Amino acid sequence: MSVFRALVRRELSAFFQGPTGFIIIAAVLFLIGLGFVVVLSGLNGQATPIPVTQVFYSTYFFWLILLLIAPIITMRSFAMERASGTYESLMTAPVGDWQVVLSKFAGALIFYAILWVPLLVCSVVVRFYVGESAVLGLGPMVTSALGILLVGCLYMSMGCFASALTRNQAVAAVSGFAMGAALFFTGFFSYFAGDRSDWISQLARHVSLANHMESFSRGVIDLGAVIFFLSLTALFLYLTHKVVESRRWK
Amino acid sequence: MIEVQNLTKRYGQHVALDGVSFSVGCGEVVGFLGPNGAGKSTTMRILTTFMAATSGSVRVGGDCVFENPMRVRERIGYMPENNPLPTDLRAGDYLKFRAQLKRLANGDSANRIAEVMEQCGVADVAGRFIGQLSRGYRQRVGLADALLAKPELIVLDEPTAGLDPNQVRSVRRLIRELAGSHTVLISSHILSEIEMTCDRVVILHEGRLLASGALDALMAKANAAVVAEVRASLTDTIEWAAKLALGQAECAEQPGGYVRCRFADAKSADTREKIFASANEHGWSLRELSRQAPSLEDLFVSLTRGKDGGK
Repeated sequence: MSVFRALVRRELSAFFQGPTGFIIIAAVLFLIGLGFVVVLSGLNGQATPIPVTQVFYSTYFFWLILLLIAPIITMRSFAMERASGTYESLMTAPVGDWQVVLSKFAGALIFYAILWVPLLVCSVVVRFYVGESAVLGLGPMVTSALGILLVGCLYMSMGCFASALTRNQAVAAVSGFAMGAALFFTGFFSYFAGDRSDWISQLARHVSLANHMESFSRGVIDLGAVIFFLSLTALFLYLTHKVVESRRWK
Repeated sequence: MIEVQNLTKRYGQHVALDGVSFSVGCGEVVGFLGPNGAGKSTTMRILTTFMAATSGSVRVGGDCVFENPMRVRERIGYMPENNPLPTDLRAGDYLKFRAQLKRLANGDSANRIAEVMEQCGVADVAGRFIGQLSRGYRQRVGLADALLAKPELIVLDEPTAGLDPNQVRSVRRLIRELAGSHTVLISSHILSEIEMTCDRVVILHEGRLLASGALDALMAKANAAVVAEVRASLTDTIEWAAKLALGQAECAEQPGGYVRCRFADAKSADTREKIFASANEHGWSLRELSRQAPSLEDLFVSLTRGKDGGK
């Protein structure tokens, strides 16, 4: 366990030893700020029929952060170690493949979680001024945080997988972005599909991240969505492990 | 300590290692010798469980590297080729991180880190970022990491590459100190390097094992060249060299009326006396007569010749 902790700490320290982590945080802070302004002007002093958390998800800032920033967080995880060669000393230390994969995933996820702390501050500000629990109840806030974390799990595991495939960080970022965007836009078909019931529309509805997040933002924990996120995360971690392991049977 | 049998590694069509077998006993210092691309690093990567072999078996301390990689990793201290290190960590922090990965008990680890830093001469740069260290210091940080867990087997891939002569000497001294208490495997493409540090060599060439054994015994098989510089005309010297019948000779004029004559095929018997006597007979003055130790190339030539039946 202490080995795992050392690995996670190393992952996190890599973000903060250089400017990388701070630049990402600054960019996200900017986007959250913009989203917050849009939400505030949307409220415009009037009561809304839907919770504020839901309004935030319907702005594109949330998705912009997820799609753009997630691959940047994960791009260095494996690719940089491979490029610099430290991968070799890491993988010949008495450390298991799963420990390496999970620690890289955990490091990225913790950093991702840190990114959303300013949003919490924004919510507290809104709550303080609005004072109406109907607008920003504790329930929707908690379930929204859970939703953010779950979608983060999925995107971090996907990014780790992309990074494990290459030794070039730019390639890792672009392929991670492509996978994330593909998943996101597949879900978009559900809007065009309407209430058609052919298999494509059903699939689109099932993988629609926006639909899944909407239920979280309304304060509902949709078990189907939880299973959807966790199973895909497990799948990508499994694939990452296979890639890491592949050096031993290539 | 190490048992390698019929080790073969293919990268697609390219055969990097072809049926290599050798063994290394406990406490031995063994040199891995071969030109670039001979398969030294590949062998080391397989030994240290980083890569798997295409076929063949490798055991380190009785454990198979493929079936029991974790047991093997606990036994080895490895410094990969080019000594890759994270540049964003301080030297001391890096060693602390490595000590945690190698499961050094927390209480002992601080002492042990201080000990290896002292041993490798990096104590004074512990607080500096690895990215800002000179190549010599980095190399020693890598060495310190390899020694950290007091491994039974230390594997160093080109430990002196890119160091200046003073640093090379201190690394050599360190390796000699390790002999006896550790089994050490070092790779190099420089013959003199291995000569000074190792008891035994394993010679690889194009993925095949050329020879393994004590270096002296191997060198005796190689032909040492003898060089003589005589004061005579070039044509006379060429004629003289041919008459001496000491094998192929290259003659070249030198300033000052001397001719330098290199007898490449001087067999293991020393021919210097014969050359001296002959030059004396001609009344030529002789200003140099020396036997040149065989180079790695000479050794390869003689070894490949032995193997392929005079090709």
